[in-house]
Amino acid sequence: MIKNIAVLLAVAGLLMIFLPVISGFQERDNLNELAADYVDGSINDLGTPNVVTSVIVTYRGLDTLGEVTVLFLATVGVGLLLKGNREDMIKISPLELLETTSSVLVALIMVLGIYIFTHGHLTPGGGFQGGVVIASGFLLLMLSKVNAKISHSIMNFVESFSGVAYVGIGIAGIVLTIGFLNPGILPLGQFGDLFSAGAIPVIYSLIGLKVGSELTSILVTMRGE
Amino acid sequence: MIPVIIIGLGVIMLAAAVAAIYFKSLLASIISAGVISLLASVIYLILGSPDVAMTEASIGSGLTTVIFLFALHRVRKGKSDD
Repeated sequence: MIKNIAVLLAVAGLLMIFLPVISGFQERDNLNELAADYVDGSINDLGTPNVVTSVIVTYRGLDTLGEVTVLFLATVGVGLLLKGNREDMIKISPLELLETTSSVLVALIMVLGIYIFTHGHLTPGGGFQGGVVIASGFLLLMLSKVNAKISHSIMNFVESFSGVAYVGIGIAGIVLTIGFLNPGILPLGQFGDLFSAGAIPVIYSLIGLKVGSELTSILVTMRGE
Repeated sequence: MIPVIIIGLGVIMLAAAVAAIYFKSLLASIISAGVISLLASVIYLILGSPDVAMTEASIGSGLTTVIFLFALHRVRKGKSDD
């Protein structure tokens, strides 16, 4: 009884907080000053058709570095806590249909993942999305081929290489241009080309490799090695 | 038309969220939580943010569901040993 009243009071309190926000909401018909500046700068200064990517990689690049660091710490934590022994491995015998189609599908999924992160500056998506798609390709491999071994050392190498290269590009931005993670260290190129927008595709590809290898190692650890 | 679709998806999401609490089987709860993320990604797509929609669909409904399933499998295995 008291529990129910407490729940009702909590819901009423939330309503009190959100009601002014909802009633005062008005749809804007123009961008605010900061957003307009980002949209303008993304097209003119960075040569990036996808504004979201230019915000994530350049304008809020330090936040993205922090995000990648958080993901890295999560991976290390999972690996430390669930240091699997071999008998503990989750084995689900796959159906024949899954086993047969997976050999075609895994390659296609990997190509899609690589496409998503290399074209992050042109089309929706980018490093994080592409990395998760690659990890899901590895997941399909794990589910369909029970004995498939995914090498920890290769994953660790890809992960640390892309992390070091990411920070290295950031520091190169300090030396060669005006600031940390500035993509101006490479030429802008033709607007809309794959090799354009300075270092943005390079940075996003490194993030894609890093996220993909980290999430794959989380999945490998969860399954048991 | 678009507000109707969004409200419809929102109602289904709420129903799935409540169902996830009340389902007897944990497997059904995990699937139900995955459905919430999938519908949220459809709403993001309708509202015009494909980047967030891709993240939500791949991480929220794909990877998180799988990690929950792995964890559930491990917890069950631990129980049967007692």
